[in-house]
Amino acid sequence: VPFAPFLQSCSLCDVMFSSLEGVSLTAARERGQLVFLEGLKSCLDLLFGEEEEQSGQPSPLQFISGSASDLKALFDFVRTSLTPAGSDSWKGPVLLVDDLSVLLGLGTTPVAVLDFIHYCRVAVCSQLKGNVVVLVHSNEDSEDEENELVVNSLCHHSDLILWVEGLATGFCKDVHGQV
Amino acid sequence: LVFTEEDKYGLYSNLLFKYFLAEGVVCGHDLFVASAKEHPDKILKELPAPLLDDTYRNELGEEATAVKSEDFQDSMKIAWRYQNLPKMEASPTTSTKFGHYYDVSKTMSPELFQSIKRHCFYLPEELTMQPKMKACNMNSAYARLLQSIQRIIYQEGFDGSDPQKKQKNILRIGIQSLGSMLWGDDICSSDTPEDIHSLTKFLYVLRGLLRKSLSACIVTVPAHLIQNKAIMERVTNLSDMVVGLESFIGSERETNPLYKDYHGLVHVHQIPRLNSLICDVSDTKDLAFRLKRKLFTIE
Repeated sequence: VPFAPFLQSCSLCDVMFSSLEGVSLTAARERGQLVFLEGLKSCLDLLFGEEEEQSGQPSPLQFISGSASDLKALFDFVRTSLTPAGSDSWKGPVLLVDDLSVLLGLGTTPVAVLDFIHYCRVAVCSQLKGNVVVLVHSNEDSEDEENELVVNSLCHHSDLILWVEGLATGFCKDVHGQV
Repeated sequence: LVFTEEDKYGLYSNLLFKYFLAEGVVCGHDLFVASAKEHPDKILKELPAPLLDDTYRNELGEEATAVKSEDFQDSMKIAWRYQNLPKMEASPTTSTKFGHYYDVSKTMSPELFQSIKRHCFYLPEELTMQPKMKACNMNSAYARLLQSIQRIIYQEGFDGSDPQKKQKNILRIGIQSLGSMLWGDDICSSDTPEDIHSLTKFLYVLRGLLRKSLSACIVTVPAHLIQNKAIMERVTNLSDMVVGLESFIGSERETNPLYKDYHGLVHVHQIPRLNSLICDVSDTKDLAFRLKRKLFTIE
């Protein structure tokens, strides 16, 4: 499972998941079952890292440095994670992306984001018969046109859409929201 | 990362900013204060004085009795169900172990500062050298600020990089009026800014720095000046806590009898979800604030 949390650190994700019975992200990582792309850490390495650390592979978050607005490096990371060296490709992998809306605020374009998802779908869904799960933010009266473009396009291409929101009638103590 | 939307004249958000820093002093945290308009030393000279155990009960006793006598016993007609709900606790009735209270009519005495390490970033005085940070198309003032924060976190060992350091401490970072023109950003002055991503990139990198170190940060932004609302939506997703202050000064609400006891409203746009799957949602959603002679309260 390649997991790309852009907004939380590894350790926070571990803590959050530890409350779920039988799920341990740490164990999964050690088994090689879970591959993490920690966006925040990657970004810091890119911006504050020493020159020597920039070996071979470009940073997955290359686009932040402005050299390219496309997400090719990010896709390359996903692709190499799916085919670990020296072993067969994963069977039925699941790519989790949390969350796509963040990328728009970091200097990329809606087209680049959609291209990235398209490439992921080809690699994960078509070639490897896996699944892609993507999180985006949206709301009815959003003025973020770029984000809405991404959301609408994803809706058209998705097999399943889970829309989670608070109640239209406002805050309620017993029921927090609807799916 | 606490993101605060400033009220129109910045009066109350400034106060909140100082409260955050004052709490840091009282707790013995290190401070990092950044501003493009006011010298951080000046900000630090104006922090409110803490109310110490014995004196605060008296001070608050006065305030509390004044409030009670103003309580209006009118029965509610439409919202009758709310009549029986208890009023949200505004003042400390038992000694609280979490947080401190302050007297805004007095400034903090310099003795309390002596042992506090403070780092200042005053944009006009920062050298105009090329930031070491890799070029990332970010506004150079933001880049310099990030570099300064990163340097302090690393040098002072807040990121655990110095295993020798036995005493772990917290770094409290306060950044004033980010996004304003004084920082070289035009998102507050134009609806088609030159670089719409500067602020969000800044926040993303800042978030990364906060996550990898023992630090907390408050950022105030003159959100009412930002014309591109998409930026505010993105900023909310990038922050842990988002609070907006709306003052009644000069607005029609000033004369609304409903708000006669208050100076403004507090809008909580987002609550933090750290180390948990859901957040602790309080029952009360409609909050207002008032600034009395000695206390700033939110009810």
